[in-house]
Amino acid sequence: MKRFAVVIGLLFPGFLLAEIPLAERRSGYEFMSRETRAMQDDEITGPAVLALLDGEALWGKLGCAGCHGDAKASMKGVAARYPALVDGKLVNLEQRIRPKAPALAYESRELLALTAYVARQSRGMPISVAVDEKTKSSLEAGRGFFEKRQGQLNLACAQCHDDNWGKKLSGNTIPQAHPTGYPLYRLEWQTVGSLTRRLRNCLTGMRAELYPHGAPELVELELYLMWRARGMPLESPAVRP
Amino acid sequence: MARVVVNVPAQAKRGEVIEIRTLAGHPMETGFRRTQLGELIPRDIIRTLICTYNGAEIFRAELHPAIAANPLISFTTVATESGTLEFRWTGDNGFSATQSAAIKVV
Repeated sequence: MKRFAVVIGLLFPGFLLAEIPLAERRSGYEFMSRETRAMQDDEITGPAVLALLDGEALWGKLGCAGCHGDAKASMKGVAARYPALVDGKLVNLEQRIRPKAPALAYESRELLALTAYVARQSRGMPISVAVDEKTKSSLEAGRGFFEKRQGQLNLACAQCHDDNWGKKLSGNTIPQAHPTGYPLYRLEWQTVGSLTRRLRNCLTGMRAELYPHGAPELVELELYLMWRARGMPLESPAVRP
Repeated sequence: MARVVVNVPAQAKRGEVIEIRTLAGHPMETGFRRTQLGELIPRDIIRTLICTYNGAEIFRAELHPAIAANPLISFTTVATESGTLEFRWTGDNGFSATQSAAIKVV
């Protein structure tokens, strides 16, 4: 019977994949060690605090405050709604901020700091990306990306994060891949990074095609992941191992 | 732009042991890594952290390569009198940062 299941799985990838029931979803925070949790919970000397302070300074220096006023009020809840459609194009939070602040490169310290500062204002709010007729095709494309086997290892995201979460992958616990805390401070990076950077990490591990920062494929995947994590509280900027 | 943060309790009882946490934004480049072209990346680390309490040195740390970026250093002291704690980080390439925090002892 087991062999039969394996054969079915090989013949029809996706057949064995099952979405995680809403009640069983867990943030990456719950898979972390006590020490790493303490780093995230430390709001004064946590490692992501440096990015927040930089972001706050940039908010004033780049003139964001001129239109948007106090970010604590105007940016509340914004990060929980992205990726979203802007002028008919699906963009994530970085892409929304980038053109407004001149010459900020993807993954630059400034863009990450500003994004972290904006996302911080939504901490604790439920993730609620808009899924309607206009974004439905993007959501389905993102789901397709998540469930499609790809790369030299012929792996789909869902095989680890839907089917085998909680188990070990070379000593690390496989999380459920809910993007609840981006941009976040990753101990492995020793710096703050975006969800795109994390997705590219996974794609590298799968030896799959590495889409560039801002590629529509990755933004669609981001939309699907945020929809998958709908209702979960935002933790940005989080800390992950 | 050197970014440093300290966490000192605003108020403490006389004789109480207080915990002090400091965080400095710094890449802590070890000096052992190489670029893709094989060139050595020069060392760039914080060398010392000195903390004074009303002018008297109460804590000194020497930092070395292989300490993580953005080092968090935590230590304890005894709250003896109201006053100021001053923190000074110095490092390679002329890195220097200072921060101070006031404490009220009752």
